[in-house]
Amino acid sequence: MAKLLEKQRYKCALASMLSVQAIEGAIPILHAGPGCGNKLADLSAGASGHFASQIFPCTGVNEKDVVFGGEQKLRTTIENALKIIDADLFMVLTGCSQEIVGDDVEEVVSEFEDREKPVIFCSTAGFKGNNYKGHEWVINSLIDNYLEPSDTKEEGLVNIWADVPFQDLYWHGNLRALEELVRSIGLKPNTIFGHARGLENLKKVPSAQFNLLVSPWVGLDNVKKLESKFGTPYLHYPTIPIGAFETSKFLRTVAEFAGISEDAVNKVIDERESYYYYFIERFADTFMETRVMSRRFSVVSDAQYALGITKFLVDDLGLFPAKQYITDDTPEKFQDDIRKYFKDMNYGVESEVAFETDGYKIHKDIRETDYHGYPLILGSYWEKELGEELNAHFLSVSNPANERMIINSSYVGYDGGLKLIEDIYSVVKTRFN
Amino acid sequence: MSNFNFGMTDVASRETRIGSLTAYKGSLSELASLTDSGEVSNCDRCFSQSGGCPSMCALGQIARIRDVLVVHHGPAGCSIQGVATNTIVKQLAKKRGIKNNTVYIGTDMNEEDTIFGAEGKLKDIVRTAYERYRPKAIFVSSSCASGIIGEDIDSVVEDLREEIDVPIAPVHCEGFKSHIQATGFDLSDHAVLTTIVKPPEGKRNVINFKNFFESARLEIIDIFKNFDVEPLFFYTNATVEELSHMSESLATVSVCGSLGNYIGNALEELYGVPYVRSINMLGIEGFETWLRTIGRTIGREEKIEAYLKAEREKYMPKIEELKKELKGLRAVIGMGPGYTFEVARVLNELGMEVVWGAAWHYDKQFEDRAAKPEPMQNLIDKGIDFEMSVSDQQNYELLNILEATKPDIYISRHNGTTVWAVKQGYAALFAGDEFMIFGYKGTLNFAQAVLDTIKNRSFEKNLAKRTKVPYTDWWYKQNMDKFFVGGNKKEGR
Repeated sequence: MAKLLEKQRYKCALASMLSVQAIEGAIPILHAGPGCGNKLADLSAGASGHFASQIFPCTGVNEKDVVFGGEQKLRTTIENALKIIDADLFMVLTGCSQEIVGDDVEEVVSEFEDREKPVIFCSTAGFKGNNYKGHEWVINSLIDNYLEPSDTKEEGLVNIWADVPFQDLYWHGNLRALEELVRSIGLKPNTIFGHARGLENLKKVPSAQFNLLVSPWVGLDNVKKLESKFGTPYLHYPTIPIGAFETSKFLRTVAEFAGISEDAVNKVIDERESYYYYFIERFADTFMETRVMSRRFSVVSDAQYALGITKFLVDDLGLFPAKQYITDDTPEKFQDDIRKYFKDMNYGVESEVAFETDGYKIHKDIRETDYHGYPLILGSYWEKELGEELNAHFLSVSNPANERMIINSSYVGYDGGLKLIEDIYSVVKTRFN
Repeated sequence: MSNFNFGMTDVASRETRIGSLTAYKGSLSELASLTDSGEVSNCDRCFSQSGGCPSMCALGQIARIRDVLVVHHGPAGCSIQGVATNTIVKQLAKKRGIKNNTVYIGTDMNEEDTIFGAEGKLKDIVRTAYERYRPKAIFVSSSCASGIIGEDIDSVVEDLREEIDVPIAPVHCEGFKSHIQATGFDLSDHAVLTTIVKPPEGKRNVINFKNFFESARLEIIDIFKNFDVEPLFFYTNATVEELSHMSESLATVSVCGSLGNYIGNALEELYGVPYVRSINMLGIEGFETWLRTIGRTIGREEKIEAYLKAEREKYMPKIEELKKELKGLRAVIGMGPGYTFEVARVLNELGMEVVWGAAWHYDKQFEDRAAKPEPMQNLIDKGIDFEMSVSDQQNYELLNILEATKPDIYISRHNGTTVWAVKQGYAALFAGDEFMIFGYKGTLNFAQAVLDTIKNRSFEKNLAKRTKVPYTDWWYKQNMDKFFVGGNKKEGR
C-alpha cells in the first residue's frame, strides 16, 4: 500500500536496468515512458560507462501506446536496437504503463528467439517492487533465460553475489575485494559485474562448485534458484566483512564450506591480521585521543551496511551501538533473521534495529536518542543536516551520497576496514572534540 | 479568444497544444519556410532511446520555490528525482545565503494501489507531510501509474483545500503525455498561475525574471539598478509570497523562450504585465537588443544606452582579439530549441560556423500563437543557415551527426550529452549554465572557454583511444534520420 516515502533511498524495480548495465556486453531495452531511463540513472555514481542510460533503447511510450497498446513499437525498437547497438545480450525491461495496460511483452520478445544475439525479458514494473527486488528479478531472468546447465563442475570455482550494483555505491570495489579474499584461500572467484567480467563469467555460473552470497537478504532468491536449477549449493554469509574480526571469520566460514584445511586458512589470516594490526597499532593513539571511542553510533542505510558497519565498529573498534536504521524496505520474511544477526556480536553486545523507510521518523528517533556525547552517524546525504544539527560526527556511506564521489574504493576486507577508519577519522579530525 | 484554459487543472502537451516537433531533419531555412507555410509536421521514430519526461521539468522547477511541499504520487522510481532536486535546492539556497526548506516526497505506490487505488492514502500522506513541515504551498503530482489507473488528484486536492489553508495545486505529470520535457515548464507555470499568483493590487518596480540557477543574479540586480527596477528571479529561491505578486510587475522576461513563454504570455493576457519578446541576453547583439527591448517596455531607454556604451568600451576590444582565433571554427550544438537559435547567433557573432544544430524539440510558435520564435527569426533575417535536426536528446542521432560533420567542437547544455562527443574524440564544452554567455563579460569568458577546449585535447584524445563506441559500424553509415517515419521526412531515404 502507498506510504509516505520521505528522504528516499531506493528506486523502483525498473532501476535494475543498472544491474544489466553493470554486466559488460549486456544492455537493457526499456519498454517504458520516455523519461524513466534518464531518471533512474544515477548521474553522480559513474553513469557514463560504455552502455549508459542515454544509450538504452527505450520505446518512450506515449498516450497512443497507453490507449492502444505499445507492442508494435516494442517490436520495431528491438528490431532496430539489434542493428544499431553493438551489444551481445539484450534484456527487455518493462515500466509501469505498459504492464498496467497489458502489453504482452513476453510474446513480442519470443519473436526474437532465433536471432544471433539473445533477447530476453524481465518484468520490472515500478509498482511491483523497489530496485533491490528488481535486481533479484533481473538475475532470476538471466538464470532462467540465458544460462545453460553445465555437465561438469569446476573444482574451486565460486560465484560471488553481493549487493546491488550502483545502489551500493561501493559495489565495484567491494566485489573486487571479495574476489581477492576468496582467492587468498585458494579458490577461484567468479563475478559478473563491472570491468572485464561480463557475459563470459556469467556463462560460467552453472559450472561453479558453489555460490557465495554476501548480503543480509538481497540475492537469497537467486542462489536458491541456482541451487534448484543447477544443483549448485550455496553459502549465505549475511554480513559484509569489514575489518579484521569479521573478515577472518568470513575466511574461516568460506574455507570450511569449501573443504579447505583450517591450517591453510589460519596461515592466511595470520598474515593478514598482522598486516592490519600494524596500521591499527600505529594509529591507535588517534583513536583513543580524539575521544570518539566511547561514543555511541547509529547507521542509517540498507541492511548490508547497517549490519556490516555495526559489526565492524563493535567487534573491531570496541564501540557501542545505539539503534540502527534499515531503509531498504526489507521484506518482512527476512526481518527476524536480520535482527538476530545484530545480536551476534562480541561480549554480548547487541543492537536494536528499526526497519523504516520514512526518513522523518528515523530523524525524529535519532534526535530523541541520548548518545551520551556526540553521536557518530553513518548514513546517507539525508543525514547531513541532521548531523550538523546534533553536532554529530557524520559520514555519508549509503545511497544517496550526493556530495561524495566514490569510484572504486571499498569497505570490504582488511583494507576495507582501514578505508572506513580513514573516512570516519577524516571527519573526526576536522574539529576539536 | 484566450490561448489559455485556467478553468482546467491540466495542460496538454506542447505537441498537441502548439504543434511542437520532436523529430525533424532539414536546414534551418527549410524549417522556417515550412513553419511559415503551415506545412511543418512532426515525424515519428521507429527506434528511440531514453530521453526526458515532463515531470522532470515540472516538479524540478516547482521544488525550487522556497519552503514548499511536493508530493509525487507514484512508484519510487518517479519520486527519486526528489533526491537530486533536494541537493540542488539546498546548494542553490546556500549559494545565496538563505535556507530553502522545500520537501519532496513520494508515495511508493505498489501493485495493490494499482488495483484498488490510493486516493485516501494520498490524502493522509499530504496531511501528515503538511503537519510535519507546514509548507507555504503544496503541489500534488500524478505519474504514469497513478494517471493510467485514474487516480483523481483534482478531487484529492479539492478535499484537502477544505482542511489545509495554504495554496494546493494538482500537477498532471504523466510521463507518457509528452516527449518534450519543456511541457513540464508549462505544467509548473500553470500550477503557480492558478493557485499562487493573485490579481494585482497595484504596480511594483519589479521585473519578473524567469531563469534556472540565478548565476548572474548579482550582476542583473546591479544592471537593473541603473534603471530603477528590481528583478524577481523565479522559481529558484523565490518565495510563495513573492510569486503571488507577479501580476503587479512592470514586465516579465525569460532567459529562454521555451522556458518562460507560458507564464510570460499568461501574465500578459490575464493581468496586462507585458512579456518581453526578444532574442535573449546571450552574446553582444543579444545583450544589447534584450536590454533595449526591456528599456522600451518599461520606458527607460536613455539610461540603458549610457550603460551599454560604458560596457562596450570595457569589453569589446578583448572580444575582438579572441575572435581572430575563433574565426572559421566549426561547431555542432545540441540543446533546447531556444538556446539552439540563441547560441547559433553568438557563434556566428564570434566568427564561428554552426555546421549542425540539434534542437531537443521545436516550438513552431509560442503560447500567443503569433510568429515563430524571435531568436530563429533573427537568424533568418541575417541569412544565417545551417543543417538542423530536432533530436529529442536521441544519442544515436547525435553521435551519427558528429561523425558526419566532424566539428572542431560540440557544445551542449544538457547532462549526459557532451561526454559522448568526448568519447568519440571530439572536443566538447558543457554550457549548462544559462548565463554562461551573458552580456559582454560572459561572451568574453565563453570565447575563451571555447578556445581552451579546442587547444588542450588531452582528455578526449586519451579517453577516446580507450573507448569503444556503443553503436555498430552500420549505424555510422546511415543518415541520421534513418528511423524517422512520416511528417516532414524527405523521400528517398
